[in-house]
Amino acid sequence: MTVTSGSKVEVRLPSRLGFEKVAMSTAAGMAKLMGFSEDRIEDLKTAVAEACINAMEHGNQMNASIPVSVVLSMKPNELEVKVMDNGSGMEAPAPSPDIDRKMSGEEDARGMGMFLIQALVDEVEWVSGTGTEEQSFVRLVIRMNKENE
Amino acid sequence: MQTANKVSQQQLTGASGQPVTCLRFSGDISSASKDAVVGTYQALDKASHKQILLDFKGVEYLNSSGIALVIQVLMEASKSGQTIAICGLTPHFTKVFTMVGITKYATLLPDEAAAVAAL
Repeated sequence: MTVTSGSKVEVRLPSRLGFEKVAMSTAAGMAKLMGFSEDRIEDLKTAVAEACINAMEHGNQMNASIPVSVVLSMKPNELEVKVMDNGSGMEAPAPSPDIDRKMSGEEDARGMGMFLIQALVDEVEWVSGTGTEEQSFVRLVIRMNKENE
Repeated sequence: MQTANKVSQQQLTGASGQPVTCLRFSGDISSASKDAVVGTYQALDKASHKQILLDFKGVEYLNSSGIALVIQVLMEASKSGQTIAICGLTPHFTKVFTMVGITKYATLLPDEAAAVAAL
C-alpha cells in the first residue's frame, strides 16, 4: 500500500458515546501508515476521541440521529483531522485544569477534553458554524515530530 | 458500543506492613464507568481501607470523563484521610495524569510490585 500525501478518509459517527473509538482507530491506522511514532499515535488517539466526544455532547446534544463527521487528511509529515458537528461552536482556548479547584469542588471534575486536545496536538482551531449552512468544527493538526521537543 | 468495564478487588500488604486495597480495572473507563470506579470505592469502609491502589493495567480505553471519575475518588479519599496510589498506566496516560495535576494528590507507580513496595 502506497501512502500518498493528499489521501483523505471520512468517517461519520452517530452521536452516541463509544463511537468516538471508531474515529480514534481510523486516525491511529492512518498515522501508523504514515510512520508516526507510537507516542505520537497515542497523543492523536486521545485528541481525536476527546474532539468527537465534545462534538457529540456539546455540538449535537447527544442526538444519535445527528452524525459527527470526521475528515482525516494526510499531508507531508502531518495528519489533519476535522471533527464537525451541528452545534454553535466552542470557545477557545480552554483554560488549564486546576486540580486544587477540582479537589475542593470549586471546579467540575470533568471539562478537561479541550485542554487535552490543545496539549497533545501541534495545532488546533475551533470554528463556529453559521447555522444549518455551515457546520462548526475543530481542526487538529498533528505532526510526525512534535514541535519544541 | 462501550466495552464493559470490570473491577476486581484484592487485599495486599504494603512494605510498611499495612493493608493495601487494590481495585483492578479493565475494559473502558469513561463516563459509563461511574459505578465501577466511584461506586466500588464508595462501597469500601473508609475506616478499614486506608491505603488504596487503583490498578489500570487491564484498561483498554480511558478518556477525560474516566479521568474525572478518578479525581472524584481522590476528592473523597482526601476528605477521609485515605492514601491513593495509581499503577498500571501506559506511558501516555502517565503523561496525561501528570498534565492534569493528579500527581499532586496520588502517587503514580509503574506496576503493582512497585506500588506495594512504596506503600
